[in-house]
Amino acid sequence: MKQNILELLSKNARISAAEIAARVGVEEAKVNELIRELEADNIIKGYKVILNEEALNKNIVRALIEVKVTPEREGGFDRIAKRLCRFPEVTDCYLISGDYDLRLEVKGNSLQDVAAFVAEKLSTIDGVISTATLFLLKKYKESGKILEEEEEYERLKVSP
Amino acid sequence: MNGLKFHPSDRIAEHVKKIPRSGIREFFELVVDCDDDVISLGVGEPDFVTPWVIRESAIYSLDRGHTSYTSNQGLLSLRKEICNYVNCNFGVNYIPETECLVTVGVSEALDLAMRALVNPGDEVLYSEPCYVSYGAEIRLVHGVPVVIENTADTEFSPDIGQLKAAITPKTKILMLNFPCNPTGATLRLEQMEEIAAIAVKNDLIVFTDEIYSELSYVKRLPTIASLPGMRERTVFLHGFSKAFAMTGFRIGYACGPAEIIAAMNKIHQYTILCAPIMAQEAAEEALKNGLESMEKMRREYQQRRDFVVNGFNEIGLKCLKPKGAFYVFPSIKSTGLSSREFATRLLQEQKVAVVPGTAFGACGEGYIRCCYAASYEELAEALKRIKIFIEDLKR
Repeated sequence: MKQNILELLSKNARISAAEIAARVGVEEAKVNELIRELEADNIIKGYKVILNEEALNKNIVRALIEVKVTPEREGGFDRIAKRLCRFPEVTDCYLISGDYDLRLEVKGNSLQDVAAFVAEKLSTIDGVISTATLFLLKKYKESGKILEEEEEYERLKVSP
Repeated sequence: MNGLKFHPSDRIAEHVKKIPRSGIREFFELVVDCDDDVISLGVGEPDFVTPWVIRESAIYSLDRGHTSYTSNQGLLSLRKEICNYVNCNFGVNYIPETECLVTVGVSEALDLAMRALVNPGDEVLYSEPCYVSYGAEIRLVHGVPVVIENTADTEFSPDIGQLKAAITPKTKILMLNFPCNPTGATLRLEQMEEIAAIAVKNDLIVFTDEIYSELSYVKRLPTIASLPGMRERTVFLHGFSKAFAMTGFRIGYACGPAEIIAAMNKIHQYTILCAPIMAQEAAEEALKNGLESMEKMRREYQQRRDFVVNGFNEIGLKCLKPKGAFYVFPSIKSTGLSSREFATRLLQEQKVAVVPGTAFGACGEGYIRCCYAASYEELAEALKRIKIFIEDLKR
């Protein structure tokens, strides 16, 4: 049951408890109870809007930053990763395998904003060996959602 | 010129003239005349787009320049996948080389089977309410349609007594379609066994149209072809349209005894040649990599079914919970309207399109078919409008 609820919420976090109840066949109160449990158990961490920022004409600049760091004797990459996560500019942070260690996604109001973050904050942190900044030019798909949907194709209204 | 006026309508073949227009077609024209605000529960196809892996393989097929004919019977690689799939899921082992034929939709497969087996005057038994083409198909091959009326009393499965009584020395074929369009009815195992025993005892051939089989919401039964004595007398008809949301690809297939498949292929090679190659390759991909998507769609339909059935019963239109397909068949008898009046007025007054039960046979009077292969929002809105319609009727 919880799995079903999670599937529905993952597709549309704004789905009402009443609709979930109708779809999975339990009482609305039970749905609310299960969602509260999922939140309390830290399985649901939050609910987020997927924005088509381009359509907002806000000129928000995003970049992926590959960061090489020196792991620490105790705690490995965790401490430095957690430290990086505290910067509000950092929207995502992953430890990854490959040529570098941490991959950040950062957000700023201008190219200069992001450049300043890298030069003044990120690079100066102890343990950061090097960074490579890749500016995002266009976003096509986010969190499973294609941002610019094609025109909807209409079926026949009546068919056998 | 002999002075007589030429009327093309006089020249239409008699048996074609006698076939009535499809009730669906008639209703379709009414809906087309309405504006865009219509919510349609009148369709007979999935609302999902074909899963991307399957679409992508059709594109890849074109990319590689696969634009030729295939063997009449269809690509052997596809037939192998089909036979393997039928064996794993329906419990009958067919030989891809001789016992499987790929067709343009299951409709063509049904047509071929009829033409290959029916002599003029042979009686073909089938149940109503049923898919709109069965009666017409039988007439087109100069067969005699014999209807068994399935009612709500048996949850729209065949009444065995009525079936037995309908059999005469001229009965050649028994046509089955479970899960059923338009009622969503399925057979229970003991019913299937009884029907198989009747077929063997009376030496009948059975056509089983399995197009909705994957869309079962109870434990799925093996096909009737797997029961004792049935393999040699069953033509197993299936396709990709419903389960894989591939209606526009037009790929169906028939499996059965080699002699029957060969006879069907004889007609197929002269009339159709072969199914389109890119659609065949997409179908192969569907069996290889589309099963997970299919199961997802099935689960989604099941949720919607529960929602819609509850909705109709709450409104006061008695609705059985169908065990398969994506249709509900609620009774509108309590309104006092005929199916046609109900559907027409619902369309005009509340802009919801449903199909009158009579489009699927005379015994569909008092019912409407509603397809729940629509988004949850559309279903909720449609139910809301139907509720208003019913309340207005009571005033």
